[in-house]
Order: sequence, then C-alpha cells, then structure tokens
Amino acid sequence: MTPTPSQTVGPFFGFALPFEDDSVCAADGVRIEGQVLDGAGDPVPDALLEVSAEDQFGRCRTDAEGAFHFVVREPRAGFLSVAVFARGLLRQLNTRIYFPGRQGELPPEVDPARRHTLLALRQRDLLRFDIRLQGSDETVFFE
Amino acid sequence: MEFEPPYLYPEYRATQLRAPHHSPVRLPDHWFHHAPGPVFGRIPVRPEDADLTRQHASEPLGERIILTGAVTDSGGRPVRNTLVEIWQANAAGRYDDPVDDHPAPLDPNFTGAGRCLTDEHGRYRFVTVKPGAYPWRNHVNAWRPAHVHFSFFGPALASRLVTQMYFPGDPLIPLDPILTSIPDERGREMLVSRFDLETTQPEWALGYRWDVELRGATPMEPA
Repeated sequence: MTPTPSQTVGPFFGFALPFEDDSVCAADGVRIEGQVLDGAGDPVPDALLEVSAEDQFGRCRTDAEGAFHFVVREPRAGFLSVAVFARGLLRQLNTRIYFPGRQGELPPEVDPARRHTLLALRQRDLLRFDIRLQGSDETVFFE
Repeated sequence: MEFEPPYLYPEYRATQLRAPHHSPVRLPDHWFHHAPGPVFGRIPVRPEDADLTRQHASEPLGERIILTGAVTDSGGRPVRNTLVEIWQANAAGRYDDPVDDHPAPLDPNFTGAGRCLTDEHGRYRFVTVKPGAYPWRNHVNAWRPAHVHFSFFGPALASRLVTQMYFPGDPLIPLDPILTSIPDERGREMLVSRFDLETTQPEWALGYRWDVELRGATPMEPA
C-alpha cells in the first residue's frame, strides 16, 4: 500500500478554504498571534495554517504581512498541533505551539538549541508564536 | 519516500526560500501517526456543496464532469464520514480568487469550491466542470496542467492530505515541475484520474475516477 502523494496547496485557495470564524477554536480562549517567514526573513502572505488539539480545530490564512491569529484554550497536553500549507510547500509542515510554562513537555527528540522555536511567548494578554520556514532560527518541524 | 515530493525542488522556484533546511524531527508513532486527526466538524458542509454546477443562478460554462473515488486508510479500510474539500479554476483556466490575474474570463456561474463527506464505503462524489490549464510565472512559458485541488482529513493527525488531481492524457503533465517533483513516475501516476465509463452518465456528464490512500489507520471499531 502506498499513500497518495502530496502537492502544494498553491496560491489560489483563499476563496475556497476559509470559513466563518475559522480561527476561533474557543471563544473564551487566549489569542495567539504570529507571522510566517521565509528563508529571507520575508513574510509568507499565502500560507494556510491549521491548529488542532483535543476538541479544538482552527484554520487561518496569512495576510499580506504573513500574519495569522487563533483564539484557543490551553490544551491539557500543553501544545497545539499545527499544519502549515503554502505555495512552495510541496508537502505540509507539521509543528507544535507549546504554551508558556509547558516547555518541560517538549519531546526529548528536539535539539536543545532549537527548543525555543516551539515555545509561545506571553505578550501582555496574548501569546506570540512565529513560524520560520527556513534559516538560522528555523522552526522545528515534525514527522 | 520517493513517492512523495521533496521539500526542496529548485525547478519549482517557490520551494527555494520555503523548504526547511533541517530534516523533520521524527516523533514516536503514538505522538503523531496514531494521534487522532483534527475535529473538522466546525467546517460547514451543505448537500449543495458537492455540486459545483448548481451554486449560482445558471449553470457554468464548460465540460460537465463527475469526480468520484474511494478514500482508504493505510490498512486499506474505507475512511467513512471524513471531510473532502476541492477547489479549482473554471473552464477558462481562471480562479475566482482576487490573487489570480490571468487574463481569462471569470464565470459568474462558477465559484469552483466544493465540500462533501465520504459515505459508508469511503466514497466521495462531486459534480463540476473540467478546469482549464493556466499559465504561471515559474519559468518562461510555464503552464499548469488542468487539475483539481483536493483536501482530506482522515482518521489520524498524519492522515491530513492536501494534493492535486490531474486528468489523463494531458500533454502538460510531463512539463509541470509541481508534478515532476515526485521522483518516481508511479507516484506521479497516482495523482492522475482515469476516465470511467461506468461513472459517466449518458447524455449528461463524463465521469472520472480517482482513489486516494491516506496515511494512518482508522481505530478498530468494537466488534
């Protein structure tokens, strides 16, 4: 048995995949904001992110600044699973957003020098999490 | 993995600054491959979403087609009641999307987005029109073969699949770097639907069949 191969989501999904309140996983949750950046440090304005944890699911298309946001409750496991789709990504990238204070639950397989790329930072009443697809501070992706 | 495209495929230019340099960190199976998939129930699915030719006042222009197939898991079992989303260009090769500036006409009777849930046999079925080929700026005289984008959820986190389905006999297929990024020809062929006379409805629409296998397994149902 062979799984069907992946292809890029392409640039033209914005009219089809977003849905009403797609980035609000839990209305009483905390807001997470961030940016998707490429290997030159430039914003990725045509990415689609999906987050999930337990009974929560959300989807958000990045804007012209590569920015995204979600409203989520902190999952019991301390992290959200994230799937990143974009033009130029022939396969999706999978990462995790760990909530502040939950770094103890990071998988031991992650290089200590790169663990910070999986941690959301608290900024006043919201959380900040950027995704760097490539480069010196590249986000850890999983398979 | 030669049936999967690499992240970096320089002939597809957009991969050059977006492909990670590090290899993905492999997690134990229960953390990812066997973890339950996203609960997609908030995504609205209406019965009319499966027929892209009936979403406006009149029918769209183009060759009416039926797209159907079975979705199975890594154990060959049908994946029931999972969400399938499609999106595509119209018959002239233009997306109803503000980002698309190809000078081909929009069709006021065609949006090009559909959703459905697989049935008890894991089957999906859409009615739409055959999309046109369109140019892109990857290289000089670059044209995408006609394709329909597909998104599947499935039973596990690892099942999530976004891909593209192509049409048999398209002369642009061997020239397309998005498709030729898949190293093994058999992998590329898995993305090409086949014309199916059984699915074809007399006097009405051509039928194409395309089956899909997702990673991850459906949890065993209690006997």
